Amino acid sequence: MAARTLYDKLWDAHVVRTEDDGTALIYIDRHLIHEVTSPQAFEGLRMANRSPWRADSLLAVPDHNVPTTARAEGITDPVAKLQVQTLEQNCKEFAITEFKMDDIRQGIVHVIGPEQGATLPGMTVVCGDSHTSTHGAFGALAHGIGTSEVEHVMATQCLIQKKMKNMLIAVDGKTPAGVTAKDIVLAIIGKIGTAGGTGYAIEFAGEAIANLSMEGRMTVCNMAIEGGARAGMVAVDQTTIDYVKGRPYAPSGETWHKAEAAWRDLVSDQGAHFDSVVRLDAADIKPQVTWGTSPEMEVAVDANVPNPDTESDEVKANGMRKALAYMGLQAGMPITEIQLDKVFIGSCTNSRIEDMRAAAEVAKGRKVAANIKLAMVVPGSGLVKQQAEAEGLDVIFKAAGFEWREPGCSMCLAMNADRLQAGERCASTSNRNFEGRQGQGGRTHLVSPAMAAAAAIAGHFVDVNEL
Amino acid sequence: MQKFTEISGIVAPMDRPNVDTDAIIPKQYLKSIQRSGFGPTAFDDWRYLEPGEPGMDHSLRKLNPDFILNQAPYNQASILLARENFGCGSSREHAVWALDDFGFRAVIAPSFADIFFNNSFKSGMLPIVLDAAIVDQLFKEVAADTGYQLTINLEAQKITKPSGEVIEFDVDAFRKYCLLNGLDDIGLTLKHADDIRAYEKTRKQQAPWLF
Ligand code: SF4
Repeated sequence: MAARTLYDKLWDAHVVRTEDDGTALIYIDRHLIHEVTSPQAFEGLRMANRSPWRADSLLAVPDHNVPTTARAEGITDPVAKLQVQTLEQNCKEFAITEFKMDDIRQGIVHVIGPEQGATLPGMTVVCGDSHTSTHGAFGALAHGIGTSEVEHVMATQCLIQKKMKNMLIAVDGKTPAGVTAKDIVLAIIGKIGTAGGTGYAIEFAGEAIANLSMEGRMTVCNMAIEGGARAGMVAVDQTTIDYVKGRPYAPSGETWHKAEAAWRDLVSDQGAHFDSVVRLDAADIKPQVTWGTSPEMEVAVDANVPNPDTESDEVKANGMRKALAYMGLQAGMPITEIQLDKVFIGSCTNSRIEDMRAAAEVAKGRKVAANIKLAMVVPGSGLVKQQAEAEGLDVIFKAAGFEWREPGCSMCLAMNADRLQAGERCASTSNRNFEGRQGQGGRTHLVSPAMAAAAAIAGHFVDVNEL
Repeated sequence: MQKFTEISGIVAPMDRPNVDTDAIIPKQYLKSIQRSGFGPTAFDDWRYLEPGEPGMDHSLRKLNPDFILNQAPYNQASILLARENFGCGSSREHAVWALDDFGFRAVIAPSFADIFFNNSFKSGMLPIVLDAAIVDQLFKEVAADTGYQLTINLEAQKITKPSGEVIEFDVDAFRKYCLLNGLDDIGLTLKHADDIRAYEKTRKQQAPWLF
């Protein structure tokens, strides 16, 4: 057989049938759902008198709308409450497993899937959420879908798709101190642009990627979508296998051995063809900070805010001017002079135990600066929270002046009470710096957890290595 | 799904790249469990002068006079002319529902984000990719002629300008078929239920841990 990429292998293993024009029916192994993009899909099922093809492939969790304080009081916003209750009712009606708000396993959908072993190597994973690309870290084919497709997968266990093209992004060599998975992926997006991956499935590879933990690989794959690619993935290796072993939904006993043998093959073959190849040298990557309203608008922390007048592409230059005006920044000013109002450590990009540890290490024995109105840490799941507390990280955060919250999406998209006021500037470990993303008029700078913690301590951006 | 055969309508220009789905429909409105009613809050942050919340009477809110879709005749537009990477960001199909509810039936841009592009077809909205130079020319013509209209014929894959000039466009054959006939693709897929069951049977033997 011809040499195949990891994506080719995942695709081939899931084709149910292909039409003459290449349109295929692709089988879906795992379907994660949350409260925001599923109600209309369930409604559609009911109206057509249908029910889920395989209820056991579904796993549900409320995350976008849940409060991160005073959980016991429930949700006060009646509209949000109705949405979470609707998820509950739908799961009950169709016998779907749901981790409810008071369940220790509740958390952000992209954190809990891997944590439970509900995301396994070789799977196709979908969710009505663009950051489903996260699960590709396991050598899985994972991507976001819209609500109509949520309904389609529920009803048929399949998606109608055409195969994407293959892109390889290799990050060669070792990363310098203070440079994390988040910096790697921001540097990648800065290089390829937010539409660079459109139409492609990206495989992240190279020494720097192989050296990442599963948490780090999830951070990288999470933001494949910010680079335009619906799916990002990393080949299976020992790190993957070790992470999956013993998780509640993972196979065990004889089946484990069979599965492990099959998963070892989830790598791109020698000589497999990629339609596009991008290479980065890890040694060149520094801690990154975004300055604009698109994730590609990023620079190293020791750089200055770029000048639109030096951009030759007029459409781009105009976009930069709009971004600078919205962000309230001057071209040419040093990134380290940007003063902050709030700091958010959390989201499906950076709320896993390793992220908590990285931020706590910086915060330890220090104090949040006086100009920071709020610095909050929101763990990705109840289990991450529990683990962090067992390690005493909550004590470190609180002593430094950070708030320690309950798990959920929180200020990543500000659907609940956690949000920026107009004009407020935030260092955030989330994945999108779009206008209004964290609250109308709010200004978001994307950074790694260590850089966010360092910014909280300094009150402005600072290279974590120089704090 | 509503059919798409031929439409003629006013073209509204949205002259900025990377218009994201957060801008098309801000998150606070995603709390709705309905599929309709998103039109009055499409582009909410740009369209109104003060912040909006679900449950408000949006007709009482102060409009931003500088925003293109608040200006006649663009408030009657059914075709949106956009720049690169339109619809990037979140997978929220609410973005398509909001455009549709506003009155748009087609979006023309040099490129779209994958998920938005895909979602559009599911709600009877036609996303058309044209060469950047052609889109640029359209922006110029729209700017020079208030009330500029285009006619889009899906069957023939042709766009006709007021001058009579014709632009051809590409569309995936399967998607075109579904749009022209207003077909629900779940029904189409379920015609292959036997294939799906056969796949499951084989797969269960190869990879029992997936079931
Ligand atoms: S944390 Fe943010 S990006 Fe992730 S699923 Fe929640 S809202 Fe989406």
